Amino acid sequence: MSSDLAAPMPVLRPMLEMRGITKRFPGVVANEDIDFTVLPGRVHTLLGENGAGKSTLVKILYGLHQPDKGEISFDGSPVSIGSPSAAIRTGIGMIHQHFMLVDTLTVAENVALGLGKPLSITNLGPIRRRIREVAEEFGLHVDPDAYIWQMAVGERQRAEIIKALYRNVRLLVLDEPTAVLTPPEVTDLFATLRQLTADGRGLVFISHKLNEVMEISDEITVLRDGKVSGHTTPAESTRESLAMMMVGRPVEFTRTLSEQALGEPKLEVRNLRVRGDRGELALHGVNIDVRAGEIVGIVGVSGNGQRELAEGIVGLREIESGEIALNGKLVRTPTPKQVRSMGLAYVPEERMKYGSIGEFTVAENLVLVDHDRPPIVRSGLLSLSSIDKRSKQLVSDYSIRTPNTSTLTRKLSGGNIQKVVIAREFSGNAEMLLVAQPTRGIDIGAAEYIHEQLLIQRSQGKAILLISEDLDEVMALSDRLVVMYEGSIMGRISREEATIEQVGLLMSGVGEPEGAAAG
Amino acid sequence: MVPLAAVVAALAVGAVLLGVFGANPITGYRALFTGAFGGPDELAATTLKSIPLMLVGVGICIAFRTGVINIGGEGQIIMGAILATLVALALPDVPRPILVPLVMVAGAVGGGIWGAIPGALKAYSGVNEILSTIMMNIIAGFFMSFLLEDWLIEPGAIRIQQTKRLTQNADLPILPGGTRLHLGILVALIVAFLGYLLLFRSSLGLRLRAVGHNPHASRAAGMKVELSITQALAFSGACAGIAGAVLVFGSESHRLIGEGGPLAFTQSAGFNGIVTALFGGLHPLFTVLSSYLFGGMLAGGISLQRAVQVPQALVIALNGVVVVFVVGSLLLRARVQRWAEGDVQMEGRA
Repeated sequence: MSSDLAAPMPVLRPMLEMRGITKRFPGVVANEDIDFTVLPGRVHTLLGENGAGKSTLVKILYGLHQPDKGEISFDGSPVSIGSPSAAIRTGIGMIHQHFMLVDTLTVAENVALGLGKPLSITNLGPIRRRIREVAEEFGLHVDPDAYIWQMAVGERQRAEIIKALYRNVRLLVLDEPTAVLTPPEVTDLFATLRQLTADGRGLVFISHKLNEVMEISDEITVLRDGKVSGHTTPAESTRESLAMMMVGRPVEFTRTLSEQALGEPKLEVRNLRVRGDRGELALHGVNIDVRAGEIVGIVGVSGNGQRELAEGIVGLREIESGEIALNGKLVRTPTPKQVRSMGLAYVPEERMKYGSIGEFTVAENLVLVDHDRPPIVRSGLLSLSSIDKRSKQLVSDYSIRTPNTSTLTRKLSGGNIQKVVIAREFSGNAEMLLVAQPTRGIDIGAAEYIHEQLLIQRSQGKAILLISEDLDEVMALSDRLVVMYEGSIMGRISREEATIEQVGLLMSGVGEPEGAAAG
Repeated sequence: MVPLAAVVAALAVGAVLLGVFGANPITGYRALFTGAFGGPDELAATTLKSIPLMLVGVGICIAFRTGVINIGGEGQIIMGAILATLVALALPDVPRPILVPLVMVAGAVGGGIWGAIPGALKAYSGVNEILSTIMMNIIAGFFMSFLLEDWLIEPGAIRIQQTKRLTQNADLPILPGGTRLHLGILVALIVAFLGYLLLFRSSLGLRLRAVGHNPHASRAAGMKVELSITQALAFSGACAGIAGAVLVFGSESHRLIGEGGPLAFTQSAGFNGIVTALFGGLHPLFTVLSSYLFGGMLAGGISLQRAVQVPQALVIALNGVVVVFVVGSLLLRARVQRWAEGDVQMEGRA
């Protein structure tokens, strides 16, 4: 690893220096002897898996944790950051992944709240003017009088950035800022970030999306198991080399799908209309077919009807109108029990809420669906030996890392919990797999493993509907892509024709939705 | 361990209470202990007190493990007792080996129906089961008074809310050994074992526990969450209903007595069973043990009162202190656990 960055501009004094930061929690060393430096006008990316120590380091920087050892200096002088307000006074701002905005207030009012000023007209007037100036300077299109609840996600993020800039922070920490954005919004964000660096501000960018990291970073520090496992620049690295630093072993990115003949349609969805949580129509007459031996990928920004589509098909959500057929047979009133008995397996999003029972053992979760079928049950009583045999088999087949099968599931890592769900759902006889967000928030190694399993299922002639917000994932695995926007299908693209740009435009609603065209 | 420490702490507070009333706590507690466990008759009395607690407690294990809070044990005991009494009144000549099991089943059915109603209301209409089960207690209590004041009142008796002595064919047989101990203890032990099998060894129980921990995931896995909730309260009520039948046919007077109000008949087992179940870690077999200890408190409390001459209310207060400490300690432990784990999990997230 290159230790010294060959800075193109000479004699840049570091804006932020963190030296030898160590932080221990009971049972874990979250940060061990970490050095992290940000130069003015540069983007320094923190890269690492969940639990690698990124968030602990950032929380120390923002005053939410105190380091056990190590020192922080800002602009060359040592500082101690006892709280977020101290961080802001020092000149350090943070854009959280979950926005810290009051929905029922306007942008200007939120800024006033952040300053601790009462929401009076005399206060708000100057604040409004200043917001306009800041917005203009950095190309952040935000109306100071717009209410947060009226704003799209990208706008809310800009409001957050303005909130920080208003307080004149010179170092801005962005925690996974692209997780909630469409590709065009990411492009806009990056333009803003470049303006901020041109203005001499320092940025700490946190992400696990390697393409973005390569695009925006000046420097990259990779963390693994609480330690710095590498320090590099985009010019000196590749996606593969970064992933290797994160995981500690080579990672496969490109996937080739084997040529295979398509079989019968396993899932046919016709004109499906489903309501969302607030009673609004979330799905406006969607048609989807999935045939044996193919993976159909649904892409879209979170909240554009994907969840309602999955839950409608499985029967977790009442359908307003439309038809669903599994294996050519119409499902009259879908319930999870009904669709499962008709040959559908379901990997829900949110593995802890819908996929597994945290307080159950690994073994119990592995037989959760089959618990009322022989050989797991005999005349009403559970066969402990069958459960033991089945669960041990699955733990070894799907390389689930657990002390034993009677460990409580919630004690496993996210990736291993997801493997438990995958093992349970993929090991049955279902010919149709509905898989939602299978790798969200899990480490690269487990995600790679789950991708392999999906391709194995495909090669065995299963029909797979893959719903994911991870565009790279869907594009790597799917035979066909279906793009959703605001509850309608914006386009269907084959694997060969798909480009990120085109899919990105469709994801942000550019084009004609299918329902409207068909009438 | 934590509940045991809570009991010790509660007894320490109780010692102070006794001291305030001018009684010697050591004498008092010695009397409590010998009154509960001092000899065969004392052990039998303790056992008799513990039987309803065991039965209700096992039912509470089933309900709570399904995530359903059953405060309706009182009403379920009463409805079980009423249905069992009606069966005994209707079939006085059926031979004992048949009638005794029959009245136990009748008790289970009566209590089960009284549990299933709030269960179904919760499952299908979202009615809060804590409120509905408490209200069902009140309905059951007044229903018993209503029956005993009129239709079922002992012929010739005036204004005493009780039935006539029920048929001897329904009497729970006294066990050999020269004490008053009757077959009810075997019934309770069998129910506890069945409760254990149901919860931890059957597919039905796996569904109940799954629903109790995470109804969302249970539904996604194909389980009928509403059915499980209804079943859980029905089973829970059935266990309490059996306790009602035991209280009628195992009592010395062998009749259903409403005099003194519903709590006098149920011995508050519908509430105390919740405590023994929590003390037993919501495990049916451990609930048997904790019920026995609690039964000892009830039986020994009478000796304590006699030995140090304190008001009966103080003995009840002493029981109450134990309840508060045990339940409080469990809540505290759960909170500490969540807090400790939550803190680590927060760190795990990047």
